[in-house]
Parts: sequence; C-alpha cells; structure tokens
Amino acid sequence: MTENAHLETDGLAVDHHFENADQQYQSAKLGMWVFLATEILFFGGLFVAYSVYRLNHPEVFIFGHHFLDKSLGALNTVILICSSLTAAWAVRAAQLKQIRMLKGMLLLTMLFAFGFLGVKAVEYNSKWKHGLLWAREYHPHVDHEEASEILITKEDFETGAVEGVVEDVTALQKVGDGVLAETETVLIEEAPAAAPAAEANRSTIAPAAEGPPGLATQGTEESSEKVIEVEPANAQTFFSIYFLMTGLHGIHVLGGIGAFMWLYLSARRGYFSTGHFTRVDMVALYWHVVDLIWIYLFLLLYLIE
Amino acid sequence: MTDATTVLTGDGQPAGPGQRDSYLNHGKGVLSWLFTLDHKRIGIMYLAVILASFFLGGVFAMFIRTELLTPGQTIMTADTYNKMFTLHGAVMIFLFIIPGIPATLGNFVLPLMLGAKDVALPRLNLASFWLWLIGASVAVASIIIGAVDTGWTFYTPYSTTTGTAVVAMTLGAFILGFSSIFTGLNFIVTIHKMRPEGMTWFRMPLFLWGIYSTAIIQVLATPVLGITLLLLIAERTLGVGIFDPALGGDPVLYQHFFWFYSHPAVYIMILPAMAIMSEVISVFSGKHIFGYRFIAWSSIAIALLSFLVWGHHMFTSGQSSLTNMIFSALTFSVAIPSAVKVFNWLATMYKGSIRLAAPMLYALSFLFLFAIGGLTGLFLGSLSTDIHLHDTYFVVAHFHYVMFGGTVIAFLAGIHYWWPKIFGRMYSERWAQVSALLIFVGFNLTFFTQFVMGSHGMPRRYYNYLERFTAYHQASTVGSFILMIGFLIMAGYLLHSLVRGERAPANPWGGATLEWETASPPPYFNFEHEMQAGDPYDLDALSWDPSIKGYVRRDPSSVLAAPRGAD
Repeated sequence: MTENAHLETDGLAVDHHFENADQQYQSAKLGMWVFLATEILFFGGLFVAYSVYRLNHPEVFIFGHHFLDKSLGALNTVILICSSLTAAWAVRAAQLKQIRMLKGMLLLTMLFAFGFLGVKAVEYNSKWKHGLLWAREYHPHVDHEEASEILITKEDFETGAVEGVVEDVTALQKVGDGVLAETETVLIEEAPAAAPAAEANRSTIAPAAEGPPGLATQGTEESSEKVIEVEPANAQTFFSIYFLMTGLHGIHVLGGIGAFMWLYLSARRGYFSTGHFTRVDMVALYWHVVDLIWIYLFLLLYLIE
Repeated sequence: MTDATTVLTGDGQPAGPGQRDSYLNHGKGVLSWLFTLDHKRIGIMYLAVILASFFLGGVFAMFIRTELLTPGQTIMTADTYNKMFTLHGAVMIFLFIIPGIPATLGNFVLPLMLGAKDVALPRLNLASFWLWLIGASVAVASIIIGAVDTGWTFYTPYSTTTGTAVVAMTLGAFILGFSSIFTGLNFIVTIHKMRPEGMTWFRMPLFLWGIYSTAIIQVLATPVLGITLLLLIAERTLGVGIFDPALGGDPVLYQHFFWFYSHPAVYIMILPAMAIMSEVISVFSGKHIFGYRFIAWSSIAIALLSFLVWGHHMFTSGQSSLTNMIFSALTFSVAIPSAVKVFNWLATMYKGSIRLAAPMLYALSFLFLFAIGGLTGLFLGSLSTDIHLHDTYFVVAHFHYVMFGGTVIAFLAGIHYWWPKIFGRMYSERWAQVSALLIFVGFNLTFFTQFVMGSHGMPRRYYNYLERFTAYHQASTVGSFILMIGFLIMAGYLLHSLVRGERAPANPWGGATLEWETASPPPYFNFEHEMQAGDPYDLDALSWDPSIKGYVRRDPSSVLAAPRGAD
C-alpha cells in the first residue's frame, strides 16, 4: 500500500493512522474478537434450529444419531484439538521469531485440517451411499450388515439391549414376543406422517414383524437378525441439521486452511522475521473458535442419548 | 487572518480549496477512488451509491403510488405490483436505509470527531464498500432474472415456492449483511481504540454513542440474518426442510429468525438518526446538550432492548398468548429510552436561540414525525389493537413515519449539516427551506392518510381496494408526488452547490466537535495537528467571525494536543 507511510516504532511497521504498534495490535485483536462473536451468532442460528427441533422431536435426534459414526467423530475431535495446539504453538513461534518452527507448526496445522476434512469426507461418503441426506434427498437404503449395528433388532428387544434407546418402544419391550404385533401397529399409525412428501422409497428397510425370526425374505445371509423399522416421523430433519451444521463448519475449516496457507507463504517471504505476529495470532484465534464449534457439534450430533 | 484560521487551514497556505491539499484532490483518477483506504472517500462513494439506491427505491414507490390512484388496474398488472412493493421494500431497506447513515456520514464524520486519521481498519472499510457493491449488484440482478414478489420479508413457505429470483435477492442481502457487519465492527474498534486524549467515554460526541450502539446491533444481529438467508437459499436449492412444512420444517421458525435480525435492524436504522439529532439540535439551539448521559445510555438501552422484542411482529402467527404478552410488555419498554431522548432534545431547545437553518428544519420535522411514528408503535405493540391493525395500512404508515419521518429526515438533517464539511461548499439555504417544507407536507399527506385508511381496515400490499378508500389513496398519491418534487429540488440545489456553491468555512454552524476544527473539505490526513478533545457541546468556546462567515474557537490551543515525544 503506497498510501501507508510505514513508521518504525519499536521495530515494527505501523500503519499511518495508528500512534504505535501496541494500538495497532490491540485494534486488530478487538476486531478479531468482535468478528468471532459474529461467527458464534452465525452458527447460533443453526444451534437454535437444532434446539427447537430437538426439543419438539427428541425421537428424531435419537433415531438419527445412531447413523453417525462415533469413533470417526471422536477421531476428528482429537485431530482438531491437536491442530489447536499446533496453531497456538505457531503463535508462540512467531512471537519468538522462530521462523522454522513457525513454518513447521503451520504445516502441521494444515495437515491436521486436511485430515479432518478427509475423515469428514469418509463420513459424508457413507451417508451419501446410504441415501441419508438432507430432507429432499433423504432416501435411506441401509445395508443389512451395517443396519444390524445401528438399527434395533428383534434380539435387542428380546434381550432388553435397547433399553431406553427408543422411548416410544421401550415401554413395550418387556412384553417380550408379544411386543412385535404392537410395535407394528404403532408403525402403521406413524407411517403416513413419516412420509409427508409421500415418497414411496422413503425407507427400504423391511418393516418389523412380517414373520417369525428366520423367515425374512429381505436382506443377505446375515439377515437372520430381524430389523425392526422404528423410524420416527420427519427423521430427515436430523440429517438436514447434521449436514447444515457440519457443512457450514467444514466451509470454515476450508477458510482456515486458506488462512494458514497465507500465513505459510508470508512466513516463506520472511514477513514474520520482522517480529510481526499479529496475523498468526488472529488466524489462530479464528481456528480455536472453529475447533470449539466442532466440539459442540460432536457432543450435540454424535453423543446424544 | 486570525491565528485560529491559520490553525484551520494549516501551514500558512491560502484558504482556497482549489490550491489546498484536500482529500478530494489528493490522488486523481477513478482508481484512486475505487481502491482508496481513506475513510472520507469511502464515505463519499457510499453516499453516491446509497443515494442511487434511494432513487431506485423511490422510483418503485412512485410506481406503487401511481398504481393505487384508482381501484383495479391503473398502470400495471397485479403481478408487477407485487414485484414493485417487494423491490421498493428490499432496495430501501437493504441497500439504502440500513447502510445509509453509518456507512456515509458515519464513515466520513466518525474518525474526524475522534481527531483520528482514519478508522482503525481501513482495508476492512474498503472491503465493506466492495461487499456492498457486490451484494447490491446481485440483488439488483434479481430484478432482471425474475423480480421477487414475496414482500421484503421473504416469508416462507411462499418464498420457497414462488418462481421468482428469491435466491439472487437473498444472496444479495446476505452479502450486504457482511458489508454491514464489517462497518459496525470497524466502528466499534475505532471508538474503543482511537479516541484522542481527553475524550473519555462520556466526553464523546453523542453522534459516536449512537453509531456505537448501532454497531453493536449490526455485529450481533446481522449474522443471524446471514444464517437465516443462507438457510432460505439452502431450502430453495437443496430442500433442507428447515422451513418447508412439506419436508417437515417449520415456517414460523423462519419468522422468528427473520425478526430476530430485522427488529434490531430497525434500530440500526433509527439509532444513527437519533445520533444526528443530538448534534444538530444542540448546535442550532446554541445550547449545551441537555441530559448528555441519559441520551448516551438510552442509545445503549435501545440497542439491548431491541433484541428482546422481535415477537411483536408475530402476534397473529399463532404464538402462545403468554409469549405475546411478554413481547408486548417488552415492546412498551422501548418507548422509555426513545422518549428520554425526545424529552432531552426538547429540553435542549428550551430557551435556546434556535436558528431555523435547513438542518434544524429537518430536525424539527424529525421530532414531529418521530413522535407520531413512535407513539403509533404503541398501538401496534398492544395486543388488542394489533389484532385489528395487523397487516393494514396502519402498519405501513407507522413504519414510514419512523423510518422515513425518522431516519430519512434525520439523514437529510445530517447531509445538510455536514455538507459544507464534506464538499467544502455551501448550498442555497432558501431552496433548502423550500424543499424541507415540501417534503414535510408531502410526507404527511402521503402517510397520515394511510393511518386513517389502515384503521378503517385497508389491508397492506393489496392491489385492489374498495371504492370507499379511493379518496385516501388519491390523497396519499398526491402527497407522494409533492414528496418527489421536494427531493428533485433538493437534488438540484445540492448538485448546483458542488459546482457553484459558496466556499464553506471550516465551521459554518458553530459546532464544537472536532470535525469542525479542520478545514472544509478536510485535508487528506484530516488534521494538521494532533487533536485533543474537550467538551463536545461547549458552544460558548466559539465565536462568529464575519470575515470568514464562520465560527472560530476563542482559544484554538484548547483542542491541540501537547506535542508527543513518540511522534
């Protein structure tokens, strides 16, 4: 910027309209915090949507979260927490003018960020394969192999393993075999509401009690486990919210990668050798907020009961 | 030339702006404007594009009023009419009135009032302007793609099903929102970090308190609009089913989200107007502002209360009656800080030596119109009357009394007040008075009739109407033409002043805030000296100097900072 006469104050270049480097740094920092407040409020809208739908339809969330892979979610949480550490370390390195360390930490942070997106891509891919997408694209067709893990089987009912999982059904489970007939009735009542858009292919998972165990016609050889369809009405809402929240978060991760890349290139140009560290500090602050939001997403989407 | 004027013009250079370095001639060519980091030039560019938006929105308004001259079809079809009122609302709200005062006058005046060289984050300021341009272009492009007919509120489920270009318009508003956030963020940082020596929080000019409160709302409310519009776009393009009942969503949730932003947004519009009022009324009454702290705190109070009243837009949406009662009660509470301001302005005028110059004429119009606009807000905040008045012309009239009678009139007061500072030229006072009178008469004729027909049950946004409303509609349309003539006259004398206007002195009105301590127009770096602030309303510190037709400080050194070692 030719218009900015750079003055040397305490060894740092200061834009013409600031009195000293400290005022400039404090301004940048306050600006960043205010910006982060806007980010929180930006996500806040989605958190409110989440709360409204979860409070009104808890069964949708309890049903939906079984389809999320907790271990992949946990892995991503660890990855992001590590990246926060390296980002904070990068700030320290910039403050101490340790340029090699700074570059290393920036690269590591980017690596973690890409790792996070990689894991996320695996998760999205599996949702895509099974048609577990947002409302309009929600056409689930879950493999039996996986369904046996995430859906409630007859054995689960008989052994009581699903206690408390699906509130509507828990009251019935103790009745034993007789439960199936009742569950079926419940399902039939719910069926019209479950498919407001009247999509015939809303669920291809076989309905519950078509016959005694072992006589099921659908599924593979392993399907001796009978899958009971307990999909609540509007189950697609969970996946809409899941994709909106993680998608918006993913865009922020991409933005973070771009910012770290910018820092890395600045570091290579030698920008940070002069003792400037404000930029690293600001990007790291942003990155911590992105991490923080993910931790909430992990808790609210993956770890609910 | 006195010592004072030497200080004002600096370094013994001749006072003629033609020869003197000013921000207007510092750097030539279009690019030196488009990529400037100077807050003053950014303010001027904002002024140009925002006035262009006001013109565009005004043209839509004239089409609406002309169509309503007779029942049934007058000049356009019902579909075109739906598009016209949507575009009028969307352009006026998102392009003109929300950025209006902060981005133009705020940008120009705020750093000057602080005695600063620029806002804290000049690059962000330029980015904000460019975002405005991009957002406005996308929004205006929607008119060509398929003008939106949803009303400016984009209510679901109609907005998710209509075939018009809702995505383009809301994407434009989304981008404009970021422009607004960045402006607000910049002002918060600037006010926190760049106040000069001697300017404690309670020695800030009240304009800064108003802009600061506005900025808080811009920063805290606008992101919610951002996510709301993003969800609406996702609803239309992907079908995420958050708002669409066909996919299990809740359309009323959209209304909550929308008004969580858009109610505070009306305070984004009115608070800077009140900020201008506090300056103009004090200066043109020749008196120290009355009740400084009350006015300052009432700005903050309005900013905070603004977040708690959004539900009053939804009394008929099926909210529980308990919710309605709470929102109604909270809505009344906003009247308190608003009234605190009005009474303090009246007390400032009391026994003052009032000069009826153009800025003050607009300020008086504001007091009159805002009082009507504000008090009719209480009719709408009361549950029983609102059920009757909801979605009638009464709401339209109330909104225009506050937004037009309040914000736009105060904006005009501010334009006339700072015009000499911004461009270094005086305008024709006589024509300014003619136009102020026409605008006042035209405005009341246009909108007071709408109160009457609204209370008689004329619904808003209707293309057709019953025979018995014809007289009201015709009076309203005649009023709007008077209004238009008033604005055309204003455009005439303001443009004339740019070319032929008398050179403005540094301080034509006798204001004691720091922007009047520098030349008109200000030099590129704003001030020739480091400034320090005293009492911003100590008008007695100034005296009239007939030789320069302006005011000068009796003791110019009182606003000059002691030389600092560091610089």
